[in-house]
Amino acid sequence: MLSYIIKRLIISVFTLFIIITITFFLMHTVPGGPFLGEKPLSEAALENLNKKYGLDKPLPVQYYNYLKNALKGDLGESLTKIGQSVSGTIIRAFPVSLKLGLFSMFISTTIGVLFGVIAALKHGAWQDRAVMLTATLGIAVPSFVIATISIIIFSVQLKVLPAYGFDRFEQYIMPGFALSFGSLSFMSRLMRSSMLDVIHQDYIRTAHAKGLKPYVVIFKHALRNAILPIVTYLGPLAAGILTGSFVIEKIFNIPGLGRYFVESITQRDYPTILGVTIFYGAFLIVMNFLVDLSYGIIDPRIKIEK
Amino acid sequence: MENIEQSLKNIDPSLFEPATLEERASAEVTRESVTYWQDAARRFKKNKVALVSIILIALISIFAITIPMISQYGYAQINRGVENQTSSFAHPFGTDTLGRDLLVRCMIGARISILIGLVSATLVVLIGITYGATSGYFGGMLDIIMMRIVDVINAVPSLLIVVLLSVVLKSPMDKLFLQNENLRSIGLLGPGLFSIFIVISLLYWTSMARMTRGQMFALKNQEFVTAARALGSSHGRIIFKHLVPNAMGAIIVSAMVQIPNAIFVESFLSFLGLGVSAPMVSLGSLTSNAISGVYSYPYQLLFPASLISIIILCFNLVGDGLRDALDPRMKR
Repeated sequence: MLSYIIKRLIISVFTLFIIITITFFLMHTVPGGPFLGEKPLSEAALENLNKKYGLDKPLPVQYYNYLKNALKGDLGESLTKIGQSVSGTIIRAFPVSLKLGLFSMFISTTIGVLFGVIAALKHGAWQDRAVMLTATLGIAVPSFVIATISIIIFSVQLKVLPAYGFDRFEQYIMPGFALSFGSLSFMSRLMRSSMLDVIHQDYIRTAHAKGLKPYVVIFKHALRNAILPIVTYLGPLAAGILTGSFVIEKIFNIPGLGRYFVESITQRDYPTILGVTIFYGAFLIVMNFLVDLSYGIIDPRIKIEK
Repeated sequence: MENIEQSLKNIDPSLFEPATLEERASAEVTRESVTYWQDAARRFKKNKVALVSIILIALISIFAITIPMISQYGYAQINRGVENQTSSFAHPFGTDTLGRDLLVRCMIGARISILIGLVSATLVVLIGITYGATSGYFGGMLDIIMMRIVDVINAVPSLLIVVLLSVVLKSPMDKLFLQNENLRSIGLLGPGLFSIFIVISLLYWTSMARMTRGQMFALKNQEFVTAARALGSSHGRIIFKHLVPNAMGAIIVSAMVQIPNAIFVESFLSFLGLGVSAPMVSLGSLTSNAISGVYSYPYQLLFPASLISIIILCFNLVGDGLRDALDPRMKR
């Protein structure tokens, strides 16, 4: 177990290192540099700016400095919002995104599992078909379409839910659902097929034959074995919700890191793009690491040493 | 002992007479033998959902090609005085904030979106097959190194890098297409389109490579490969003439997943302002442009949004149908 954790840890650190390297060198291949705005700057001003941001040094030195600072948690300063550090913005904006993300993950896992179980238990009946129809649609419709359509229905027509803001609970509902709809659909399909596999196995028949109550059989015997694919999907789910939040936060005007990232892309604020990418990369790597470790706890049959 | 002798005597000698001509005829195979592809086609034809989806895709493609040709409006043509109109006879899908005809724009957008799906999937297949087949066929140390590279690419959050690459590629691509005379005609499609092809094919080939590698491992020790090698075929010939055609079913199934995925990625990038460059439009950019005015003009969002959803849905359903037809074990 311990050697497995260490091995995974080394791989994670290595991946993070690669992400930082890729992002750094990609950003520096952009011709013209970050100060080529609409108004051309004077030679002297450009020189000063380059010196201030350390852009006058050779590339390997810049890379070394960036790496050193990134390890200390310092991701540089924003180019457009003068004087604001990238890490400061991340610390300020990420909790908002995290709240929304956790809420969406909660929705998609609980409802996805529930839908999947219902569909599998009622295999072939109308409940099954309804779940499959929703799931098929949910995978095909992009999240921004769901978001805008729900704004039209619930804010413009019915006027029951607010279309923007992020302070009260009812402001969470629409963004949360819009963000989780795709993964919810995917999870119901995943759960349905895995549950169908499990409920036809012998030990389930034995459990029924012992006279256990049906819900005990489903929740204690079947669900525990059928849930593993869901756990494997948690890593990709985190990535999906995180990237989905760029779009959703912009539409619902939520002051999270996603909206901030989109803004910095449109403004070509390179240090921010770089910093947020690295932060998100690190976050997802940690998530995947935790998910990998949790397999062993949920299913002791999986020998994670391999 | 006696029992055995007894039963031996009871055996009817007529059982051992040669078969008559009639009996022989009845044992002959009367039906034509069915190949893998014929069998798959038969199964696919039974799948009504997938058939309807294919017809829908074909219809949308035909409209997407013909409507912009016969319409009197250009997709970028600004019409004064008819801004933000809802559906009418002259403009069945209405017009946008600049009076541009939304039907023509949606159809051009559908063209671009389908083009993105098909071209990106083709690129992904080409890269994935070549990489996966090389890795799986040669095996050993080369395989280990090549698969480690795939692992690293998989560990990187792909959509994040897609966004980053698009940011980086945007201005050099713009410059390349605007400055180079020979590329200007292609450049009309928009430099954004080409960076999308590059970005998608650079990041999404890994699952295809893994799948092909697995197929190579399953196939490469079979007799027909040994026979081909004994006849002096080169490695390249064995891979592309013998192994890849045998893995074609699985390859098609995973290629079909890439088409809707690419359309999806493009619409996401369009939303971030990194998709196809204006004046060219895609369904993704039409949808995201309409979002700002969604309170006043919801129909401007409705048409491109439903079109992109229908296209992605149809490709998904065709993909599911092909998977069921080509790989019946996967069916549930």
